[in-house]
Amino acid sequence: MSVSLNDPSATADGDRVALALHEVVKEYPGGVRALAGVSVVIEDRDRVAVLGPSGSGKTTLLTILGTLERATSGDVHVAGCDVGRSSDSELAGLRAHDIGFVFQTFHLQDSMTAVDNVATGMLYTGASGRTRRAAARAALERVGLGHRLDHRPPQLSGGERQRVAIARALAKRPVIILADEPTGNLDSKSGAEVVSLLHELAADGATLVLITHDPTIAATFERRVQMRDGEIVADERA
Amino acid sequence: MSAATGAPPRRPQIDAARLPPRELLAVSIQGLRTRRLRAALSALGIAIGIGAMVAVVGVSSSSQAKLLATIDALGTNLLTVSPGQSFLGNSEVLPATSVPMIGHMANVDSDVAVYGVSTATVLRTPYVPSEQTGGISVDAAGDNLPQVVGTTLASGHFLDAVSARYPEVVLGAQAASILQITHVGGHLMVYLGDTWFSVIGILKPVVLDSTLDSTVFISQPVAQRMFGVQPNPTEIYVRANQNRVIAVANLLAATADPQNASAVDVNRPSNVLKARAAAKGQFTTLLLGLGAVALLVGAIGIANIMVISVLERRAEIGLRRALGATRRHISSQFLTESALLAAIGGITGLLFGAIATLVYAFSKSQPFVVPTWALIAAPVAGFVIGAVAGLYPAAKAARLSPTEALRS
Repeated sequence: MSVSLNDPSATADGDRVALALHEVVKEYPGGVRALAGVSVVIEDRDRVAVLGPSGSGKTTLLTILGTLERATSGDVHVAGCDVGRSSDSELAGLRAHDIGFVFQTFHLQDSMTAVDNVATGMLYTGASGRTRRAAARAALERVGLGHRLDHRPPQLSGGERQRVAIARALAKRPVIILADEPTGNLDSKSGAEVVSLLHELAADGATLVLITHDPTIAATFERRVQMRDGEIVADERA
Repeated sequence: MSAATGAPPRRPQIDAARLPPRELLAVSIQGLRTRRLRAALSALGIAIGIGAMVAVVGVSSSSQAKLLATIDALGTNLLTVSPGQSFLGNSEVLPATSVPMIGHMANVDSDVAVYGVSTATVLRTPYVPSEQTGGISVDAAGDNLPQVVGTTLASGHFLDAVSARYPEVVLGAQAASILQITHVGGHLMVYLGDTWFSVIGILKPVVLDSTLDSTVFISQPVAQRMFGVQPNPTEIYVRANQNRVIAVANLLAATADPQNASAVDVNRPSNVLKARAAAKGQFTTLLLGLGAVALLVGAIGIANIMVISVLERRAEIGLRRALGATRRHISSQFLTESALLAAIGGITGLLFGAIATLVYAFSKSQPFVVPTWALIAAPVAGFVIGAVAGLYPAAKAARLSPTEALRS
């Protein structure tokens, strides 16, 4: 997989940067301070687990990294793009091409088959329906669901549904995969399978940021960022 | 490593998020298909509105088409010549020579003169007070009047050679009904002037000139002998060659009265009737207004359904935003769904209206007519109404924060 980072956005040690936050603050109406000055740099192809109790700002961090929300203050760079200075449609383009999301609740459409759900993941890239379905089939094969192409989500188990959702994030070959508690709705066996699948896919050349509160899952990551009260309290490498 | 050492430069070119029109349409159709019953019910509102309007237009067009067909069948080549009014407002008189002059004109197929017998009234019996004429007038007419004005006898026969010598009378359709005579038979008599006249025939209604319906006809020689009627016609009916109607019409006045052509009125009754038929269509405006109210209610129904849909589909909207949809993509999708919904309603309404018109036209044995413009206007109107109704929900959907939507 070729990485579309073609600019020399390099840190001091020469690695390319996928995600960079500098003194990022996010406040919600009503004075809730979800992020209280977070700075973090995630290099290309890094695999990072974000840990922390609920309310610690993990999900807010992820939505800011995923450009779904803008920071109240501070600088955010995603795949070389200065989020603060980009328009809504530029950020949408970034999400369409470069960022793949995996959610705890899957967010699959029950009325669509697995292939169509996965093909929807590439809908806003402007690719033709045929291209999207071909990529969707390949992605479903990749996550081991080649035999479930025309099944609809209600006919699939939780683990299978999450693999469909992963295939949807993966089909467009994003440079960044952001996963928000992807194992939260799964039993431990399916959860472990999903996480190892994400590792496997990220190894193909994508940056992976995964939110979890499960230490055994976090233990599989080379880098672990610990959050509490909107701040990063620990950032360790295995 | 916790802080960026020098912010990376902004990437020069980001590939734009794109949603080709075909995909937009597919996404919108998919959105409607997942909520079929609700889509059908909200489209029904528009369908009823459009259906009502199409039916109103269709029914009135069909009625008009029948009337125009009747007029055409009776011939549009009938011209009438009558005395006009002088500059001072007095009634002019057509010269007696006008009848033979017109009869000799080229391109005149047939003609018949009518002479008013203003001194006579027609009554059922002499015991009826002579003022109670019921609005029936008495005319002397040539024996080819039915053929020239385009009617036939409902009962009996028209004036003939015998009528020129004996007191015989033919009744117009309305005159017969006022006199309560339904058919000819036995020794049926009416009291005309001071004499009993035998009723020998009853005419069917004269579509091209309904004033003849409330008239009774006697022969000209009898009128002259008994009532001293002058040989100055009060009306001359002329059938012109179908291809020369205008030319004949232009010459009629001068032919009828060469000395005073301006005192002659020439009319083409079929034109007057057609204009009247067209004007009759205007009365449907009120009904169209009612249809418009139904349509407005339908549009509000669609707007309502779309607002609910936006609330229900917050998660879907959030997901689409996460997948790279711009705000504009989201609003376009909801706008397209709403417009499609109403366009389907419009087409269904067109069918409803056409069926209603067909049933009505069939029951009244009229031709089935739905104006061509309605075929295009109905779906287009639906589409536009849907688009307008979808504006607010679409804007609401686009404004939705993607994260908020994903959390719900």
